[in-house]
Amino acid sequence: MSIITNINKAFDHRIRLGIMSVLMVNEYADFKMLKELLGATDGNLASHTKALEKVEYIKIEKQFIGKKPNTRYYVTALGKAEFKKHINALEKLINKS
Amino acid sequence: MDSKDYLKDISEIKNMMNKSSRFISLSGLSGILAGIYALIGAYIAYYLVVTYSNGVLILDGWVFRYCLLTLFTVALASIVTGIILTTKKAKKQNANVWDATSKRLVVNFIIPLLVGGLYIIIILSQGKYGQSGGLMLIFYGLALVNASKYSIGDIKYLGYAELILGLIGSWKPGYSFWLWIIGFGILHIIYGAWMHFKYDSA
Repeated sequence: MSIITNINKAFDHRIRLGIMSVLMVNEYADFKMLKELLGATDGNLASHTKALEKVEYIKIEKQFIGKKPNTRYYVTALGKAEFKKHINALEKLINKS
Repeated sequence: MDSKDYLKDISEIKNMMNKSSRFISLSGLSGILAGIYALIGAYIAYYLVVTYSNGVLILDGWVFRYCLLTLFTVALASIVTGIILTTKKAKKQNANVWDATSKRLVVNFIIPLLVGGLYIIIILSQGKYGQSGGLMLIFYGLALVNASKYSIGDIKYLGYAELILGLIGSWKPGYSFWLWIIGFGILHIIYGAWMHFKYDSA
């Protein structure tokens, strides 16, 4: 029972898993980098990052590099912990069957 | 969702973590070629020194300048080969050659190498020739160990091997030439072949 509850609904999508995976091993990622890595469209990626920001798993920082706007994404401590729990739950489910 | 999907999720997570933080398109073949260039270069240098310099390398003779030229040619040829073959491999894998991961790899590889190179030039200008052979291997080894965090992790084993050779070289400077042949020639060929069969042919 407890294993099932650790499967986090917030990560239940390929793009969201991807965003979290990238941010776990990088200090930050910008929009373009995520887009290239995940092969997502602008709108699709924006909606998933917003969803992850809403539950405070990632932090979004907007700034300017020269005159170009640049958006950086960081994983929060909460996001890190939740994602680890999610991975552990996945692994346990795989080992069980 | 059955366990197959979970398995797919996990492999997707691992794949994305690697892809976003490591540049893995390095070509094994370029390692083999770099090793061969080094062996050819070493043969030329050895021939020059034995034939025209009685087996002793004097620092401001023409033989030394030709040896230096050989060294630079080998280094340049290795770098150019590496860039060409890596670009080819990256294209084949549909990866970007010049992205955040490869930039990070190059920066982390070059910093120990650049500092080491400058340091060696400084001690050479102070007349401390004996240590330079070992030091080049040591700094190259450190550069590899540092770079391995941003590329195929196995590179660190090549780095450790170069470090050991470098330490032997600073302990017994007389063997530097042979340690170079092992470090820059033979080890590159072995390592390149290993990488080629492990990653490229698959």
